[in-house]
Amino acid sequence: MLIKKPNDIKWYEITDKATYLNRRAFLRSAAMTGAALVTGSASAATLPIERGAKLAGVVPSAFSTDETPNSYEDITTYNNFYEFGTGKNDPAKNATGFQARPWTITISGNAEKTGAINLDDFLAPHTLEDRIYRLRCVEAWSMVIPWVGIPLADVIKRCQPLSSAKYVVFETLNDRQRMPGQRYSVLDWPYIEGLTIAEAMNPLSILAVGVYGEILPNQNGAPIRLVVPWKYGFKSIKSIVKIHFSETRPKTSWEKAAPNEYGFYANVNPQVDHPRWSQARERRIGSADANDDSWRSIFGTSKQDTKMFNGYGEQVAHLYEGLNLRRNF
Amino acid sequence: MNMTQQVRQIWKPLVFLLCLVPALLIVTDLLTDNLGSNKIEAIQDRFGIWALRFIMITLAVTPLRQVSKRNWIGLFRRMLGLFAFFYVLMHFLTWLILDQELNATAIADDIVKRPFITIGFIAFLLLVVMAATSTNNIRRKLGGRWQLIHNSVYAVGTLGVWHYWWQVKKDISEPLIYAIVLVVLLGYRVWRKKR
Repeated sequence: MLIKKPNDIKWYEITDKATYLNRRAFLRSAAMTGAALVTGSASAATLPIERGAKLAGVVPSAFSTDETPNSYEDITTYNNFYEFGTGKNDPAKNATGFQARPWTITISGNAEKTGAINLDDFLAPHTLEDRIYRLRCVEAWSMVIPWVGIPLADVIKRCQPLSSAKYVVFETLNDRQRMPGQRYSVLDWPYIEGLTIAEAMNPLSILAVGVYGEILPNQNGAPIRLVVPWKYGFKSIKSIVKIHFSETRPKTSWEKAAPNEYGFYANVNPQVDHPRWSQARERRIGSADANDDSWRSIFGTSKQDTKMFNGYGEQVAHLYEGLNLRRNF
Repeated sequence: MNMTQQVRQIWKPLVFLLCLVPALLIVTDLLTDNLGSNKIEAIQDRFGIWALRFIMITLAVTPLRQVSKRNWIGLFRRMLGLFAFFYVLMHFLTWLILDQELNATAIADDIVKRPFITIGFIAFLLLVVMAATSTNNIRRKLGGRWQLIHNSVYAVGTLGVWHYWWQVKKDISEPLIYAIVLVVLLGYRVWRKKR
């Protein structure tokens, strides 16, 4: 990880004092019950609605990798989003008409600030960041994706969870009219995911609202999704409508579907194989390196070794000290 | 020209070319960059699905011949069976060379540790034996044992569907279709024997 020295911090990364104070005031005054939040006063983050619209005020992040991101086409045509079909290309085809606005997120459970909140108001107090992350799917393929999002920790803090809140549970929209894949009982809808509070508070965890500086395409989980890059992709739940602070560990969707294959933690781990395939290596989606002129480059990239915690061990390994990762897969 | 000659001289060459079309489409899709973001997976899946289709088509030959009472249909059986072998072979080679990159430990590991690959590999071996004993000469030499060996096509069909069923993550709707076709084709044989 790159630790930034003070002189590396660019002017746009520093919040000016007025905005800072304004945000504090906002935080104090805004009880997160919908009504109180109608006026998003210090709107640092605003989300345009039109498809492909550019996001404004996005700042870079030290957590970004310097690996070359996958093409916009790879990222938006090769998706697992069963709410829009089980084929990799289904979400790109079936999510085109999805209306991701207006959007309400309901916060509930063991926290001080609960209630329903409009997406714009939800984002208003935050600054959008570019986060170029590796994504490792449980199916042994990977990508590099330039997300735009907000730190999940900031959202959690704003909700003021009680000490009894041990887990954060997320839920995807459950609407078979708008998400045609939900007409089939492939999974037990709605899609549910969860993190421990410590995982949710980790600076790597973000709620993404964009990719490549634009608003999130529908097939990528519009308008807002979780991104936890050290875990298999299915943990990064899409199109979130509910955030719940829970005392008990939730049964997540894939865990319910196949408990012997998918666990709650789902940390990327090359040493613990999926019962049906190896997790030791992965195929980076997309074209081979332009310098690769071997015959096999026309078929794409070679496989590469999968890294523990998807290469984010420095940031997250401490979360799992003393935990048997073979048993808690 | 009688029907047998007509089939041998006209229809078999035409069907032969038709059977090559799925393979040619995979090649043209590769060359025109129409295989999506994960080319190797797409190639492997498409050879695999056509392998399964050709196994089903081959298994349908005898029932069709018997039900329609048109014996010339049987003349296509070996060619279709060999095409099933060809598509299985391409599926296997894609996995071996492109997916596993000839990495011996990874290959051995997969065959031993992953049940769905184990059963796919067994089906492949059975098809190798059947393809190798498919000539008239060998068939004559083997006598009664030939039929015994080639009855393993029922096992190949079952293992093939099972292999497909086991590798999908959750959505079993497609493998289910093949399972139903298989049950019909094998069920017909059981029903006929009992009659």
